[in-house]
Amino acid sequence: MREAKLVQGNSAIAQGAFYAGARFYAGYPITPSSEIAEEAARKLPGLGGVFMQMEDEIASMGAIVGASLAGVKSFTATSGPGFSLMQENLGMAVMGEVPLVVVNVQRSGPSTGLATKPAQSDIMQLRWGRHGDQAVIALIPGSVQECFELTVTAFNLSEKYRVPVIVAPDEVVGHMRESILIPAPGELEVLERKAPDCKPEDYRPFSFKPGTVAPLANFGGEHVFHVTSSMHDETGFSCNTSNNAALRVAQLHTKLTAGRQDIVLTRAFDVDDCDMLIVATGIVTRAARAAAAQARDQGKNVGVLQLQTVWPFPDLEVKAAAAKARRVVVAEMNYEGQLAGEVRKVLPDPSIVKGVNSWDGSIMRPDHIAAALAE
Amino acid sequence: MNKTPERSLLNTAALPLFWCSGCGNGIVLNAMLCAFDELNLHAKDLLVVSGIGCWGKADDYIKSNALHVTHGRALSFATGAKAANPKLHVIVLMGDGDGTTIGGNHLIHTARRNMDLTAIIVNNFNYGMTGGQYSATTPANALTSTSIAGNPERSFDLARLLVAAGANYVARETVASGVLLKNRIKKAISKKGFSVVEAISPCTTLYGPRNNMRQALGMLNDLKEKGIPLAKFKDDEHIEALGFFATGEFADNSADDFSTRYEAVRQIIMTRKGGGNG
Repeated sequence: MREAKLVQGNSAIAQGAFYAGARFYAGYPITPSSEIAEEAARKLPGLGGVFMQMEDEIASMGAIVGASLAGVKSFTATSGPGFSLMQENLGMAVMGEVPLVVVNVQRSGPSTGLATKPAQSDIMQLRWGRHGDQAVIALIPGSVQECFELTVTAFNLSEKYRVPVIVAPDEVVGHMRESILIPAPGELEVLERKAPDCKPEDYRPFSFKPGTVAPLANFGGEHVFHVTSSMHDETGFSCNTSNNAALRVAQLHTKLTAGRQDIVLTRAFDVDDCDMLIVATGIVTRAARAAAAQARDQGKNVGVLQLQTVWPFPDLEVKAAAAKARRVVVAEMNYEGQLAGEVRKVLPDPSIVKGVNSWDGSIMRPDHIAAALAE
Repeated sequence: MNKTPERSLLNTAALPLFWCSGCGNGIVLNAMLCAFDELNLHAKDLLVVSGIGCWGKADDYIKSNALHVTHGRALSFATGAKAANPKLHVIVLMGDGDGTTIGGNHLIHTARRNMDLTAIIVNNFNYGMTGGQYSATTPANALTSTSIAGNPERSFDLARLLVAAGANYVARETVASGVLLKNRIKKAISKKGFSVVEAISPCTTLYGPRNNMRQALGMLNDLKEKGIPLAKFKDDEHIEALGFFATGEFADNSADDFSTRYEAVRQIIMTRKGGGNG
C-alpha cells in the first residue's frame, strides 16, 4: 500500500535506495548529506544489510565498489569536498563497469566553502571530475518525491548499464521536508543486473561491442572473474594494445548513447507554444515555474524545461523545447553558467541564451528569473 | 615436502613473470599459491585484491577472482567485498609504497576495525615501479632516486605499527625463507580478523645497487643475516640502524572481527521495538 509521509529529501533518497534493493552503504560524515548515512545506519541492519562508516571518502568509494562486485547493491553519500575525494575510485568504477550510486548533496564552494548553503556548482564536476575518457549518468531531483523516485531510477540505470550513477540534489532539496507518497512494494520497477547464463569457463565480464553491456557475475559465485582499474580486454585481464584500448574506451561511451531513451529524463511545463523558455534543474525549477506562471498572467508565453538528467546532457530535449523560443533563460545556482554553456552548445543560435545566476549560497528566487524575462 | 607443489591457481598463460631477475615477488607468489593449495582453496572461494606497484601486478598470475584497483586503496575495496560477502576469502596484495605509504590510513583503520582480510605486504624498501623513490619503509639515510644524499625521513616498523593498530595476526619473514613464508600465509588466511604477513624482499634493480648491494644473491644472504627471529632479537646487539630487523609472529590474537561485532550490534537493533525499522 502507498503511504503518505512527511519526509526530508535526504531521508527520501535513503528510502528510495532501500526500495531499489540497496543493502550496503559506506560513507564518511559531511554536511549537508549526513542524514543519508544516519538513515542507512538505522535501517540497513534490520534489512539484512551492512552500514559502514569509513575513515574517509576515498575508502567509502572503494568499499562500495567492492561490495557491489560481491553482488550487493551499494551506495554512498557525500558533498563537495568528499565528492572531490571520491573521484579517483569513482573513475575505477567507470573503468570496471561497476553498478553503484553516489549521492552528492551540492553545497556552496569553492573548497570547504559555505558548508550549510545550497549550490548547483558541481554540474561540470559530475561529468568531468575524473581524469581520462569516461562517462557517467547524473540525475538532479527537484522535490522530495523526486528524491525518492530518481534514486530508484539511479539504481535501475546503474544496474542496467553497469555504470556509476550520481544523484546530486542541491542542499535545499536535500534538507527540505515535504509530504510524499511512498510507492507500494512492486509499484515502481526495480531492475537487477543481468547475471551470466553461460558456463563459467565461457564467461567474459566485459563486452566491447559498441552499445552493449556484458552480464555481471558476483565475486563468490560460480563464475570466476577479474576486474581491473588498468586497461584490460574482455576477460578482465591486463591488455596494453592500442586496438584494445580504443574499443574499451569507446564502449564506455556507446553503451550510454545506446541507452539514451531510458537515461535522459526531463519534465516540460507549457513548452508547446512558448516563445520564452526557462531551463532549470533541482530547486531552481520551482522558482522558474513560479516566474513562468507570473509571466503567463501578464500574457507572455513562457515555458519551463526541468532537467532531471543532467548527464548525458538532454541536448535533443532542450533543442525541441526551444524550437520556437526567441529567448532561452538558463537559471542556475553557480557563477559561470555551467548548464548555460551546454544549452548554448546545442542551440542553432546560442545568442538567444541568457544566463541567470546566483552564487551567494542563498536560494534563487522567482523575481530573479522574472527580471530576465522582462528585459 | 614429498612432491612438487601443484600451484593449481597459477595462471600459466601469463608467464613469464614480468618482475626483474632476482626480485623476491616470485617467491612470495609461489608461497601464496602453495598456501592456497594446501588450504584447499578454490578459485571461486577466493578474491585477490591488489593495488598499484610491482607486487600489485601479481593478480595477473592468479586464476581466482581478482580486483586490481587504484594506488593505495586495495584495503578499501577488499573491505566492501568482505562485508558484502563474508564467505569470501579476501587476500590483499600491496607493496610498501601502495600499502603503507599512500595507503597508510586505510592500513591502520583496517587493523583497528579488525576486518577479516589477509594482507600480504611485500616490503622492498622503495617504489620499484616508478624508478626507486623512497617510501614509508625506506630506512633512514638510505639512498634512493629522491634521497640521493640519504633519506631524511625515518621508516615505519610496519609489524609493530600493525600490532599497535589492532590486527589479530602480524608476521614478518624474508623471501630467503620461502617455506616459512608459506606457513605464515597459511596461518594468516586461516585466522579470522585482520592478518598481515610482511615479506621483506630485495629490489635488485633499484634499491640494492643504490645501497651497495649489487648482486641478487648477496641481497638474499644479507636478508638472511639481518632478519633475526623475535626470540633471539636483542635491541643492543641487533642495531636497527645497521639494517637488522626482527622476524616471526608479532601478534597472534583472536579478537572478534568486524563482521562478528556487526552481527552483535544487528541483534541489539533487531530486538528493539520495530525490529530496526524505527
